[in-house]
Amino acid sequence: MLARRFGAQWVLRGVSLELRSGVAAGLVGANGSGKSTLLRLLCTLLRPTAGTASVFGADIASEPDRVRELVGFFSPVPGVYEDLTAMENIRFAATMLGRPAGSAASALERTGLASVANERVRGFSSGMLRRLSLARLLVHRPRLLLLDEPYNNFDAPGTALLNDVIRETLAFGGSALIVVHDVASAMPVVNEWFSLTGGKMSPSAAIPVGSPSPSIIPALGMSGVLH
Amino acid sequence: MAFRDEWLRARAVAWKDLMAERRSKAGFNSVAALGVTILVLFGFALGPDAEAIRAAAPGALWLAALFAGVLAFNRSYQVELDGGALEPLLMYPGARRSIFAGKLLANFVFVFLLLVIVIAVSLVLFHITVPSTWPRLLLVVLLGEVGLVTLGTFYAAMASRSRAREVLLPLLLFPMLVPVLLAAMQATKALLVGDVMHDAGAWTNLLVAYDVIFLISTFLAFDYVIEA
Amino acid sequence: MTAAAAFTLEVPNPGRWPIFGWFAVLFLAGAQITAFAISPPDRDMGDLQKILYVHVPTAWNMGICYLLVAIYSFRFLWKRDDRDDLIAASAAEVGTLLNGLTLVLGMIWARPTWGVWWVWDARLTSTLIMFLVFAGYLALRAFVEEPDRRALWSAVAGIMGAINYPIVYMSVRWWRTIHQVQSTPSTLDPTYTFSLRLNAVAVLFILIYFIRRRYEAALTERVAEQVSQAAALGGPLNA
Repeated sequence: MLARRFGAQWVLRGVSLELRSGVAAGLVGANGSGKSTLLRLLCTLLRPTAGTASVFGADIASEPDRVRELVGFFSPVPGVYEDLTAMENIRFAATMLGRPAGSAASALERTGLASVANERVRGFSSGMLRRLSLARLLVHRPRLLLLDEPYNNFDAPGTALLNDVIRETLAFGGSALIVVHDVASAMPVVNEWFSLTGGKMSPSAAIPVGSPSPSIIPALGMSGVLH
Repeated sequence: MAFRDEWLRARAVAWKDLMAERRSKAGFNSVAALGVTILVLFGFALGPDAEAIRAAAPGALWLAALFAGVLAFNRSYQVELDGGALEPLLMYPGARRSIFAGKLLANFVFVFLLLVIVIAVSLVLFHITVPSTWPRLLLVVLLGEVGLVTLGTFYAAMASRSRAREVLLPLLLFPMLVPVLLAAMQATKALLVGDVMHDAGAWTNLLVAYDVIFLISTFLAFDYVIEA
Repeated sequence: MTAAAAFTLEVPNPGRWPIFGWFAVLFLAGAQITAFAISPPDRDMGDLQKILYVHVPTAWNMGICYLLVAIYSFRFLWKRDDRDDLIAASAAEVGTLLNGLTLVLGMIWARPTWGVWWVWDARLTSTLIMFLVFAGYLALRAFVEEPDRRALWSAVAGIMGAINYPIVYMSVRWWRTIHQVQSTPSTLDPTYTFSLRLNAVAVLFILIYFIRRRYEAALTERVAEQVSQAAALGGPLNA
């Protein structure tokens, strides 16, 4: 049961969810329903006002560093340094994540950016910027993927690559939580659907797709008492 | 070893800030030019009498460095705010203070280069000769710079993300810097004329105390400021 | 750090505070009259000396306000209770007011005494700098709209400002030393010290009352926001 307010306004009012490993969950909801807030809470970018959540056993409030190691965030915002080259951007990420420097090159290779590795990011198209974010994710290899409208304006090859990354993460026992507006775009990977309205979560009867989750290890559990 | 990891992260942040700064079109050259312009304006305000100008030179020098340097502090966060890179930065595991340390380092290098230029131009414009006490003078410059950069980098973490940042940063920062500026100006003035009264020692001690107090408190407080 | 915070605030109950307010005002009036009545004109300053009975207590109490800002800022960082933030902000406002008053009264006293409106001595200059530091604090609060961020940032800024005060004072004192050597109470006529202390206490009561009123106003505002928000979102929180 997570709750979060901004000043006087309660954005999340008792969200309860359990996500098992190997499962990709899709999250829908109207604009302003708190989906981004929920993702930000799970990334430790925000602290919950009440309640608790844990990611693969690490509590988001008391062990944020362990959570950051396990969680990766992806959204249309590129989050890059425009005056650095692609390689410099990813090498920086690798250093900050404590990953070997060589992983940057292979990540750029995989996302098809090897040819522009030494060019400044300032000139990149939005598709290339998205791939750069994806390269950062590849260097990180998080166990929990949090994706905020990842398919928006993303071309078909990029989308295919993203879905591959998601599937690989699930296959290795990880999980994913994907926020989308357009349900169809995430159908290829999502196993379970939820919807968030008025700050509360409920399973969405909409579309059960894919095989049932193979593991019983709780990957992501949120519990706690409100008030 | 955890400390080594933190150092690697801080170093990566500093390198990244300096690289981005060097490659951006605006940047150091403009700030340095501004510093020189301010010196010239002080010359007009205080001169043309050579004695008057020479007496006022230490003050003018530090104020020029301050006014130009203030631009550097907001810019050091701009590099993250422009590309939306602040959130990814905050999501990397590891202590936040490594980020602060990295930005401190980058700003220290930047302001040091600025001071070199401002001092060189001051020597010429204000008819100052390099005194025999120049090693102590260098120490005073470095200590003053540490105080300036520490609080500047710290307050910019807040100001750069608020409205009216151009006025908010100086408004918050300048009153806090009064002890540093007083001490640096007085010590500089004393050392430039050979420090006959041995004043510089007391001011240098004040600089050291100030630097220590605020380095510690800003490092402790940075977590609170950057997470919000 | 735990995530707990007081998320339902209640409208403050004025209780007996209005009575205290009346008491404070009357006490101040009484203290001023007493001071005027029982102390003879100063040998050098004449009747001008009477202004010190407001100026000095105001200066002392301004320091108390800033101390309160520091204390409640620390409490806020520790417990994250919004009420501590509001008390700190109220204390800062009242402190800045007293600060301004101290400066103006000091200038009114300086003009006939030394012939100038301003002297760059340690006490007066540090007082001016503290005024600017806390003007910055109030500007910070004005320019940051998000309440959680505003509270966090001003707590930090308040503490930094308070830490700096002794350093500012020392540095300005080394720079100039022409203010009157601070008269220790023993060098003054006993009636002076009694009157000064009496008025200091009187201003303290006024200060407490002002902070309390300001805090009540701020808290009521915050509660009103919360209530309207809860109504908009469809009722109070339920498990």
